Amino acid sequence: MSTLLEVKDLHTSFFTDAGEVKAVNGVSFFLDRGKVLGIVGESGSGKSVTAYSIMQILAGTGKIVSGSIKLDGQELVGAGESVMRTVRGNKVSIIFQDPMTSLNPTYTIGKQLMEAILLHTDRNRKEAYDRAVEMLRLVNVNDPEKRMKQYPFEHSGGMRQRVMIAMALACEPDILIADEPTTALDVTIQAQILELMKSLQEELGMAIIMITHDLGVVAQMCDEVIVMYAGSICEQGTADEIFYNPCHEYTKGLMRSIPTVHTAGKKLRPISGTPIDLLNMPAGCPFAPRCDNAMKICLTQRCESMVINADHRSGCWMNVKEGIANGTIAVDNGQEGGEQP
Amino acid sequence: MTEMNAAQQPLIDVRDLKQYFDINVGLFRTRPLKAVDGISFSIRKGETLGLVGESGCGKTTAGRSILHLYEPTGGEVWYNGRKLASKEDIKQFRKKATMVFQDPYSSLNPRMTVSDIIGEPLDIHKLYSNKKEREERILELMGHVGLNSEHASRYAHEFSGGQRQRIGIARALAVNPDFIVCDEPVSALDVSIQAQVINMFDELQEKLGLTYLFIAHDLLVVRHISDRIAVMYLGKMVELADAAEIYDHPLHPYSKSLLSAVPVPDPKEARANKRIVLSGDIPSPLNAPSGCPFRTRCAYACDRCAESMPPFQEVSKGHFVACHRTAEVN
Repeated sequence: MSTLLEVKDLHTSFFTDAGEVKAVNGVSFFLDRGKVLGIVGESGSGKSVTAYSIMQILAGTGKIVSGSIKLDGQELVGAGESVMRTVRGNKVSIIFQDPMTSLNPTYTIGKQLMEAILLHTDRNRKEAYDRAVEMLRLVNVNDPEKRMKQYPFEHSGGMRQRVMIAMALACEPDILIADEPTTALDVTIQAQILELMKSLQEELGMAIIMITHDLGVVAQMCDEVIVMYAGSICEQGTADEIFYNPCHEYTKGLMRSIPTVHTAGKKLRPISGTPIDLLNMPAGCPFAPRCDNAMKICLTQRCESMVINADHRSGCWMNVKEGIANGTIAVDNGQEGGEQP
Repeated sequence: MTEMNAAQQPLIDVRDLKQYFDINVGLFRTRPLKAVDGISFSIRKGETLGLVGESGCGKTTAGRSILHLYEPTGGEVWYNGRKLASKEDIKQFRKKATMVFQDPYSSLNPRMTVSDIIGEPLDIHKLYSNKKEREERILELMGHVGLNSEHASRYAHEFSGGQRQRIGIARALAVNPDFIVCDEPVSALDVSIQAQVINMFDELQEKLGLTYLFIAHDLLVVRHISDRIAVMYLGKMVELADAAEIYDHPLHPYSKSLLSAVPVPDPKEARANKRIVLSGDIPSPLNAPSGCPFRTRCAYACDRCAESMPPFQEVSKGHFVACHRTAEVN
């Protein structure tokens, strides 16, 4: 499996009147060909901004401050608009959360689909039309010729999200970024769309970055998972590692706070407090103010990401504490710290 | 004996409730949109009834019709063994039945302070004798929902989503209600905040002996909080049973697929889980199918389903289902 996308120490900030908002604060990860990577986190954790940084479609005040994004070995940070145009749509496509507002209400579905194809390929109009119909058929839209002539308002939410997926996949991208693709949809429609994405991914062999706040969607779709909090990665690893062996206090808290069939009649154990203000970031771990097990060091020093095992990295001082307690980390001169072997 | 009767008697009894809206289909022609079409259920005191279904199935409308925020087109609502008949009944009922809304951003007036928002129901129903009493009551309510007294003079925009929802809940509690309709109260909140608010609903129920109608589309949340669950589809109630019973043994084909579609936060279970993926979308309530509304998406539909709406009948104790083919499906 070859590395398709490599993001290294990415910092993205929004420069607002109130000051610099560090929305993404040192994010690094790899994405292999044909894998599904989930990015989970609460609102404001920087998961969408990470995706928008890859596409370089940040809002006016947003800027990539430092870091590197390599797609197939090609550096994208500072590459310029002309290079990005060959990337967007061709190599990396995105579908947005809200299928109601991401289609232009004044053009037919067909026109919008064909526009994407005509822009990114050298097909002529007739070929583009055929391709658009083929794509609609691929995403299980019935009667695609009729749908091509219709406007977005004539379609339901699930139908529109299918059109968005068709549009995103029309140029056979290597990576599909799905930003909360099913959040606005009902459960039964969500199941249809997730099933569709999974089967298309297997058929076309693309990689998917799935951005969501729903751990259920992650469990169902993803091979690997990144958990984000306040612009940084808390924990990353395979889905099984994250769900069955969470090592960061935030991930543990999240897992405990979701209601499941087994919690009925019992009290949930929520994470206390509210998400932090990105304008006033604390010096240490951003999660420390809400963490039940926060130690002195958590308030002053951020824990670097450490290797838990080959499939799992986490940046939490509790791992060091536990490591010392069970002897996997050697202690030198009574000082805390040190890497795990 | 009287005590037993009080325990048995439902607090809220909804009988064949109908709510139609007239929709303009031509210049002078209207057609009824049957948002809620003859639903019946009762809620016992201290119980939580979960109401689930997809968007457009009429669950929010049902909640609002029960509170008479819309004048119901047909049917009856009984409160504490008395039918709501006159305007005066409804006014008295509103002192005992309130609502928490879905969107904590748009359901609070941005020009009012927190103490004004929470105090408004007290003003309307004249529930205090002097200013000091009003003040004390507001602070007490804020304490119930975990807000500090220093928050009282602030405006809603200064709060996060979770805290705003707390303000909305304090407002609903102001009149000292027995019954609260919670319309998707946690779906706009982040996971970690959602758990805080769900726990608060639990604690308030224990402390104040509240009865909830909990409307939501997140089935895991509903399963967690409800004693019994009702499933709606296109204005009709298709199944009603104990929460555990409906999860373990759903009988209606729609409930089955709805429950199997819930993404479980457990990768191994998710891989093993066989989902029943429904084809197609929910039909428009303006052109609802004849007979059983679910038949257009149902794998078991037969001719009989097109001819008549199946009756909502009790198949085992406390388990109601509306399906002609319950025996064949299961």
